[in-house]
Amino acid sequence: MRTKDAVGQYGEELAARYLVGAGFAILERNWRCELGEIDIVARDGTTLVICEVKTRRGLDYGSPLESVTYRKLATLRRLVGRWLQEHDVTPAEVRIDVIGVVCPPRGASTLDHVRGVA
Amino acid sequence: MPLAYAWSVALVGLEGHLVEVEADIASGLPKTTLIGLPDTSLSEARDRVRAAVVNSGEKFPDRKVTIGLSPATLPKTGSHYDVAIACAVLGAAGAMPAEPLRRVAMIGELGLDGRVREVRGTLAMTLSAARSGFVRVIVPELNAGEARLVPGIEVYGVRSLRQILAILRGVEVPDEEPPRAEPRLTSQSLARRIPEVDLSEVIGQPEGRLAIEAAAAGGHHVYLYGPPGAGKTMLVERLPGVMPELNTDDSLEVSAVHSLAGLLTGEAELVTRPPFIAPHHTASLASLVGGGSGMPRPGAISCAHRCILFIDEAPEMNPLTLDTLRQPLESGLIEVHRSAAVARFPARFLLVLAANPCACGLADTPGARCTCSPQSVTRYRQRISGPIKDRLDIQRQILPAPRGKADDQEPESTAVVAARVVAARDRQAFRYRSTAWRLNSEIPGPVLRRDHPLDPAAVQALEDHYSAGRLTARGFDRVVRLAWTLADLDGVDTPTAELTNRAYQLRTGDPLVGLENRRNVRNAA
Repeated sequence: MRTKDAVGQYGEELAARYLVGAGFAILERNWRCELGEIDIVARDGTTLVICEVKTRRGLDYGSPLESVTYRKLATLRRLVGRWLQEHDVTPAEVRIDVIGVVCPPRGASTLDHVRGVA
Repeated sequence: MPLAYAWSVALVGLEGHLVEVEADIASGLPKTTLIGLPDTSLSEARDRVRAAVVNSGEKFPDRKVTIGLSPATLPKTGSHYDVAIACAVLGAAGAMPAEPLRRVAMIGELGLDGRVREVRGTLAMTLSAARSGFVRVIVPELNAGEARLVPGIEVYGVRSLRQILAILRGVEVPDEEPPRAEPRLTSQSLARRIPEVDLSEVIGQPEGRLAIEAAAAGGHHVYLYGPPGAGKTMLVERLPGVMPELNTDDSLEVSAVHSLAGLLTGEAELVTRPPFIAPHHTASLASLVGGGSGMPRPGAISCAHRCILFIDEAPEMNPLTLDTLRQPLESGLIEVHRSAAVARFPARFLLVLAANPCACGLADTPGARCTCSPQSVTRYRQRISGPIKDRLDIQRQILPAPRGKADDQEPESTAVVAARVVAARDRQAFRYRSTAWRLNSEIPGPVLRRDHPLDPAAVQALEDHYSAGRLTARGFDRVVRLAWTLADLDGVDTPTAELTNRAYQLRTGDPLVGLENRRNVRNAA
């Protein structure tokens, strides 16, 4: 496994634990279709939360949140639709969140959760 | 607090409008939006501010940042909002107290490294901030000199964003490398363009000297024509020397225009000596009256406000360009309309035109042979249009002074003439003390005729010329004004028939035909 994938997986693991701690129920992780992948699908009360996790080793190339572009958001919106088609659930609300994880080679990792980005 | 405000100033012409810079930090992916009709240089503030904040050791918020400039409908231009934007964002992010931001106006462009760079128009912006009740203003150090000219406002000259943040946080201000001033033409160097010259160097030319003296005393526009080398330019270059100093209000206004035109820099002083603005005759229309795309800038005529605008070789100038001076000559201001705004600039200048009488320059010169055809002479003269000529109170032919003929007395020096000019201006100020006008050239004809009537004999002679079509209505009033100036220079209470005659002569070159010849003139006409 390549280092960058390992970092990504570590970040997703961290994010999932954080969400559980924050009272979210994790429904599915790494759900794939031909459109792409959803990192985490969770439920926050009656709201379905589609969560994209971005992980970086440092801030030298900007914050992880900055790397979520308009195009990536559009993909996420399409993925939400597909996920709902394939699952028999009717949530009251659907939300897209982004979690940025910074895990420097030394020191504690930090996590930044932005709710409702699109 | 996710919301903070800072203040800056927008300029439309010389008029300042306070601009409230709001910064809001909302949940969302990192993105900075700038709203409130910014132009390109202002839109780029987003990237400049971001880099400057990060390079000043602060954190730019990783959220959706909305920066609003209000009033939202006023088009804004320029880079001087950078400082206020950076402070509003940092205030909203909670990196600094938001409270002090509400009481200080901020002006300055940011470098990517966090340096504060100089901007144009600081004086006018500071003036308008002071008028709106601000008692503190933060400006680039290089513009602090001009900002300090404004009374009643505390000026902080800063070199970097770090210094601003320290001032607002109330901690010790860090030292920074001094900014590098660009060498450029300042109004001081503009004024110094003319070496020290004195009227005593002009031999002969009594008529020309009188023209210069009367122009300075009453603010009359001048047209000097004659063969090359006769001394037209020499005379005009001695005009600034006999002009009185600007008073405080004028000086502040002139300095504000110069600041906007980018002519003031560094430890600027007030412009107190009336500068001498001499655009070349190839000057474009926009450079003369002001212009530029989007937001208008002042042109040469506004830089010459309360000062001298000298156009040498006037017939060589594009007649259309020259004709644009007609309206400001009457109103003393210019309105420049552009897509982004309508700007009004003051333009009460003293116009001095110099010209040759024809293309070869020798027409009407005794003892010289002009090689131009009569048509070409006419064509050359018509390049200065009638309406412009009509507005020139003093029109004198300058012929070469006869060589080797020693004058009876030593020519008067600039100091002597300047003292007479000051005395004449004092007389005018006293006479018009209850009106809004200060100079004979400014006072409207009806007011002058009603409140300060001329000698009846002189009036009659002038009216005859008017009826005969040798004098326009405007020309009539202008001769009267000039007569008052001559009276003020002589220290006489009311212009006599003799002085009116001299005024008419200064304007037209012909003697005014007196009462005794009136009948003959009628017969001839």
